[in-house]
Amino acid sequence: MHVVVFTRSTPDTAAKVEVGANGSVTWGDAATVVNPWDEYALEEAILQAKNAGGKTTVIAIGPEMHNEALKHSLAMGLDEAARVWDDALDGTDSLAYASAAAGAVKKLGDVELVIFGKENVDVGTDQQNYQTARKLGWTMLSYVSKILAVDYNAKTIKVERLLEEGKQIVTSKLPAVISVMKDINEPRYPSFIGIRKASKAVIPVWSLGDLGISLPATQTRTLKYSNLPVREGQVEMIEGTPEEQAAKLVDRLLEEKVL
Amino acid sequence: MSAVYVWVETFKGKAAPSSWEALGAGKVIAGKLGVPLTALVFGENADAIAAEAGTYGADNVIVSADATLNGFRLEPYAALLSKLVADNKPKAVLAIGTSRGRELLAASAADTDSGLLTEVTSLDVQGDGTIQVVRPTYAGKIISEAVGTASGTQFLALRGRAFKASEMNAGAKANVTTVPAVLSEDAIATKIEGFEEEAGSVNLTDAAIIVSGGRAMANNPKEAPAGTADAAVWKAQDGFENTLKPLADVLGAAVGASRAAVDAGYIPYAHQVGQTGKTVSPDLYIATGISGAIQHQAGMRTSKVIVAINKDPEAPIFKLARYGLVGDLYKIVPALTAELKKRLGK
Repeated sequence: MHVVVFTRSTPDTAAKVEVGANGSVTWGDAATVVNPWDEYALEEAILQAKNAGGKTTVIAIGPEMHNEALKHSLAMGLDEAARVWDDALDGTDSLAYASAAAGAVKKLGDVELVIFGKENVDVGTDQQNYQTARKLGWTMLSYVSKILAVDYNAKTIKVERLLEEGKQIVTSKLPAVISVMKDINEPRYPSFIGIRKASKAVIPVWSLGDLGISLPATQTRTLKYSNLPVREGQVEMIEGTPEEQAAKLVDRLLEEKVL
Repeated sequence: MSAVYVWVETFKGKAAPSSWEALGAGKVIAGKLGVPLTALVFGENADAIAAEAGTYGADNVIVSADATLNGFRLEPYAALLSKLVADNKPKAVLAIGTSRGRELLAASAADTDSGLLTEVTSLDVQGDGTIQVVRPTYAGKIISEAVGTASGTQFLALRGRAFKASEMNAGAKANVTTVPAVLSEDAIATKIEGFEEEAGSVNLTDAAIIVSGGRAMANNPKEAPAGTADAAVWKAQDGFENTLKPLADVLGAAVGASRAAVDAGYIPYAHQVGQTGKTVSPDLYIATGISGAIQHQAGMRTSKVIVAINKDPEAPIFKLARYGLVGDLYKIVPALTAELKKRLGK
């Protein structure tokens, strides 16, 4: 049994992200961290592999900055790490990501379960999760809040999914791609020994040639980034006793026509 | 014949009202490209919903009411949408980026090697027929502009509440075409075993008004019963239920929360607003006892009117707010609830 997790490095969520004078996105001196959603995916991979006596591989698709997320993953206890990068991937969109991700899973060959975090906290995308499943031709189970049962012999999986209206229980077939929610588990902190081991790890880089794939044409491109319009300095403070504050606030909200 | 497709999301045989926002956006694109607007309605009660789509401005409706499409499942929905796209090559496919809309559009875009832009908050058709969009990125901390290609089909997942719903005209009728499903039940791996609806909850992403609580919910003056393991958790949970919920009820609002409140166990994760929770943009957002960390701001800063209630006049949330009330939320919120009951006649 082999579980694969995809991860990436993202700016710390407390970072002030801005568009610099040259039009590029910067986050100053803020650290990059493992995508916060991926911590749940990484933890779930460790738990699933432990339950079934299997192994885990963590993969990032992107330039060298993503080694940081891979090292964090190894320090948490993932068995192997690999990074996929190729100049041809520069400036591509989620279609290329999904093709490369599917290629990497096929290269490993014996994978039963692929786990993604719910979304990338930086660019706010989750389409790569579903698109990887489609490129593999596997079942996609998204928004998983609990894995209820997995049977690697019968190749079945039963999960709870968190949707807008409530919780759904579904069964499906393996191999599958799942994306997991924040309340699925409690991610562990890397151990001291884990951090030492990870710091020495040499992470292989796979090119598109290594995966034996070519990319679909990129269909979308970003034209420019800009900062948000300033919202600050417009606040009207409402004073008085709580009752006076409440009455004045209701006056304002009725004027704003938002009630 | 080319067209602009809009997927009408349904739940339990009813159209999601936000679908009419997608139809409104689709009508603008179809008008500029000079092609018909086609609604796609799959599953339970599809014929009635198709007629409804006609009243909301669809020129055509493609319907598939096969039993395999009752209740959204990605496999049969994506298989059908991908076939319709491959066969008819629409200029664009739109849906609201709900949990279902996002995965359906992404899957079908992958199947057909088409471009997809998500979290779209505004859009325009360029002279060369490409569709240019504005979308927030980096958790809403910055804005990006992106464009698709002139050839092929452009998939667009729109942010809810960002587009105006199309006008309803009770007399309008669409031409309805019925198509068969693509997958038979035997070919669908995923089976729905059960569904547990969250009773009485208002969907955060659809809500016009949201009332949120933060860490200060634990400052409830009520005493926790003797023997309570964690008094702060009890006080905060009681505050959400008996102080914030009544305010939400009188406003018809959904209840949100900050990550601090969720992490402390005051309220379930489903209520979390912010970078690792839900992104919302209601008409009115009332933040009570929330300091306004950058991660929380990321999830709610596009709200139309923000009201902040906080003890600390230096809290960052006041920088974002339109109206600020400094004071004890356990005094102000009940006063506000009482005032609203009086003024709104409830």
